[in-house]
Amino acid sequence: MIRALALILVLSLPAAAQEMIVSGLSQNRVSITADFDGSEILIYGAVKRDAPAPDGGPLEVIVTVEGPSAPVAVRRKGRVAGIWVNNASVTIDSAPSFYAVATTGPLTHILSDVDNLRYGITIERVIRAVGIASEADRAGEFILALLRVRTEEGRYRILEGKVELSEDTLFRTDIVLPANLTEGEYKVRLFLLRDKRVVASQERLIGVRKEGLERFIFNLAQQQPLIYGLVSLVLAAVAGWGASAAFRLIRV
Amino acid sequence: MQLYLPIAEVSVNAFLILGLGGIVGFLSGMFGVGGGFLITPLLFFIGVPPAVAVATGANQVVASSISGVLAQLRRKGVDFQMGGVLLAGGVVGSAIGVWVFGIMTRLGQIDLFVQLSYVIFLGLIGTMMFQESLRSLLRSRRPGGAPIRRAHVHSWAHGLPFKFKFRASGLYISVIPPALIGAAVGFLSAIMGVGGGFILVPAMIYLLGMPTKVVIGTSLFQIIFVTSFTTVMHAVNSQTVDMLLALLLILGGVIGAQIGARVGVRLKAEQLRILLSLLVLTVSIRIAVDLLVTPSELYSVAPLVLP
Repeated sequence: MIRALALILVLSLPAAAQEMIVSGLSQNRVSITADFDGSEILIYGAVKRDAPAPDGGPLEVIVTVEGPSAPVAVRRKGRVAGIWVNNASVTIDSAPSFYAVATTGPLTHILSDVDNLRYGITIERVIRAVGIASEADRAGEFILALLRVRTEEGRYRILEGKVELSEDTLFRTDIVLPANLTEGEYKVRLFLLRDKRVVASQERLIGVRKEGLERFIFNLAQQQPLIYGLVSLVLAAVAGWGASAAFRLIRV
Repeated sequence: MQLYLPIAEVSVNAFLILGLGGIVGFLSGMFGVGGGFLITPLLFFIGVPPAVAVATGANQVVASSISGVLAQLRRKGVDFQMGGVLLAGGVVGSAIGVWVFGIMTRLGQIDLFVQLSYVIFLGLIGTMMFQESLRSLLRSRRPGGAPIRRAHVHSWAHGLPFKFKFRASGLYISVIPPALIGAAVGFLSAIMGVGGGFILVPAMIYLLGMPTKVVIGTSLFQIIFVTSFTTVMHAVNSQTVDMLLALLLILGGVIGAQIGARVGVRLKAEQLRILLSLLVLTVSIRIAVDLLVTPSELYSVAPLVLP
């Protein structure tokens, strides 16, 4: 009797209070140096429980990594007088420069539409495009095109089944950051799910910054554009003269 | 060896960029063209954003032109007087070009406008040069029929006022035609984002009647200034000059330009012109094909630059 009561008590408690995420990142900052050629980040963690694992569906884990967002223009070409020209354009208010979703299983099996909408987990739910219907006909196709183009570029990735979960407690996944990385704060979100519903979530940040020579050149270009332009010219002039002089020496 | 470019924000193979710079520099030293019409499309192709490609390409052209001009200078192949007149016209033309560029950008059709300019001007000039040089090549091959080479042809241009003696070119003509040509080249280079050598070289040969030996050096001389101006304008207005990318292109380019200048001396003027015309035609056809063939992806994504 008492045991049955305890079970009811446990089941009626909010799920989030029962299971919590303890997580770690292999690195919480990524330095873009001159020889930067992409980076791999290990995201690992464990499920912390105050009580034995609740009954119900199996535990599932979703990890997302999101790069800084910016507005983008998506243009569509059409044939006008025999040549292909951009003749329709839609402005997407906000689209992340990088987005990866890693899961323990197929998204449709482990995540409900309601919770996807609520937590903004898949890329379609992260892109913000308000009022595009008035900008072009068949505006929805522009968003599909954005997803298609960026998936081909390796910027958007769906890695179903790439999160390893052992004994319903420990999980880990590797996310590869591409070489064409943009600077900024990268948001890592971790979700625990049972029965297609999110039972716990956590957020962490990875700082991606240019370092050394890259930092110096970028700052100079942004802060002292005139000096930067003139330095570029001097560089060109010196190199042009240098090569000419060098070849003259070789010849003599 | 992979290298991350700080402004373009892409990782590229350093040797590939060196090679690209070398090939373009070689052509530039050989023909006296800056190579802007080659370097920009090539950079697009390896994934450098268009705005960065145009601006950095201009910076690279400065270096290869300086390298080329110094090589020409030793052969007394630069007419500074003519270069000065062309440049004066060029400044006016490029100011008008920048203004038209602004209008087309506001209309949202700048890409098309630039591509059409490439097709039309490269196609036109390439065809004209090819025809002419083929004809003169055939004429010189005919046995006994040595080419009748007149020192200069008298035309309407000789009746114009403000005559000036261009010593290095051996011409005594009015400054109006070269100034107008300079203006036209300045206008086109502002719109197409190139130095304009491929227009300047044939214009100096066919319209001004300058001897081929000073044409290349004088063309490079004018290109140095036009592209320097473009580089600084892009650096200030849009921060799109990538110094690291430029440095790699320049290293390859200056070496290529020196080799190109040596090879160019060994070729006959007609052969040189026929090769340049074929190159110009190839680029023109390539861009025309892009406009005519159904693209595999109808959509394109570009980061929105807020005004």
